[in-house]
Amino acid sequence: MQVPAPFEYARATSVRDVLELLERHGPESHVIAGGHSLLPMMKLRLARPEWLIDINDVVELRHIAEDGDVLRVGALARHADLLASEVVGRLFPLVHDAEKVIADPVVRNRGTIGGSLGQADPAEDLTTVCDVLRAQVVIAGPSGERVVDMADFHRGPYETACEQNELITEVRFPIRARSGSAYEKVERRVGDWAVGAAGAALQMADDGTIADAAIGLTALGLEGLATDAAAVLVGQRPSEGLVAEAGRLAAEASSPVEDQRGPVDYKRHLADELTRRVLRRALDRAGATAVQGG
Amino acid sequence: MHVTMTVNGTEVTRNVEPRLLLVHFLRETLGLTGTHWGCDTSNCGTCVVLVDGEPVKSCTALAAMTAGHEVRTVEGMADGGTLDPVQQGFMEAHGLQCGFCTPGMMLTARALLDREPDPDEATIREAISGQICRCTGYATIVRSIQWAAAHPAAAPSEQEVTA
Repeated sequence: MQVPAPFEYARATSVRDVLELLERHGPESHVIAGGHSLLPMMKLRLARPEWLIDINDVVELRHIAEDGDVLRVGALARHADLLASEVVGRLFPLVHDAEKVIADPVVRNRGTIGGSLGQADPAEDLTTVCDVLRAQVVIAGPSGERVVDMADFHRGPYETACEQNELITEVRFPIRARSGSAYEKVERRVGDWAVGAAGAALQMADDGTIADAAIGLTALGLEGLATDAAAVLVGQRPSEGLVAEAGRLAAEASSPVEDQRGPVDYKRHLADELTRRVLRRALDRAGATAVQGG
Repeated sequence: MHVTMTVNGTEVTRNVEPRLLLVHFLRETLGLTGTHWGCDTSNCGTCVVLVDGEPVKSCTALAAMTAGHEVRTVEGMADGGTLDPVQQGFMEAHGLQCGFCTPGMMLTARALLDREPDPDEATIREAISGQICRCTGYATIVRSIQWAAAHPAAAPSEQEVTA
């Protein structure tokens, strides 16, 4: 039987409450939301918090709201909430692409966007999603609130800009006209971590060229965006040749490691192929003229 | 710490350790062993119970976190002597072999049908995709859920029909 080490439990009902509890109980206290990363780690004694601060009742953090040119998503929004949200699917279809393949439907009833980003597992999908959408993360702390770009938020595997006495409260997605996005993952079975995945977000210019592009990879050894792959797209008219070139560059930027999910050359092939697929789909969703071939 | 929650319609209060997992609270503390305890890693889904009507893997939830909520286990599916249509469906369509995955499968099916009374096969398969049947009896599990969807009113047992 896997049992966590003993701890004390406190339930918070507001952001202020969470911050006070974190302050009071110090570095050995830990926030819990869905618990589907933290509890397994506690069972294996990889995590041994002395205090667990349950934030599931902090209902102010469960919103999904369009607000001018930004979509605000509360950190406590469940994967299932994101998947059920019409506005999320309409504005950012890659979020739905990704959410459909995150864990399984039952786990998605509990897991949260704040928890996924905060855990920062290298095979976690929403980090790539938020990277390519150039999202911002709102972090509340003792001295107030700060807004951090994804590039600065995600510092590497299991490491983010959120300090121990702080709380991720919201993720902000900029809404952009004439945009399209897509995400695709290869997994060995339902609910498994990615063998590899790619995400892309594009914005088209009035003249039919690509105005802006962002490409990211999951579990393929790339931190942040595949900038060279995106750069070849900008200012160009979509074509299959262009998509292939971006795929090649994304694969070049990847640095996968061999594990039980596959060898390096296979994973690099995935970086190429999945980048092409998400670019074609993102272009299609952005209303770009159909890409020939593929 | 004291936790109070509603389990199958009855309010219960127990003094437990904060680290007690919901699955063990149900099985050990309350003696409701219909909820099975399997992989312990939120993969197999046999421990699924409904919390406020939503399927949740009870091996990856604390009893403390569930305080104040409504839990429904397999023991709470039948209405007196009348089986839930999902239970009846698992009987009619042979939805179980060894029976280990059955409680989780049935509760997930119940939640699906509450949300979507007439799901197609793909929707059913997606709904149970977080659960494993090691007998690999998925075809009959799907048929069982389809039977329940086609018989939404609790069906009389075979004996009553033939009597």
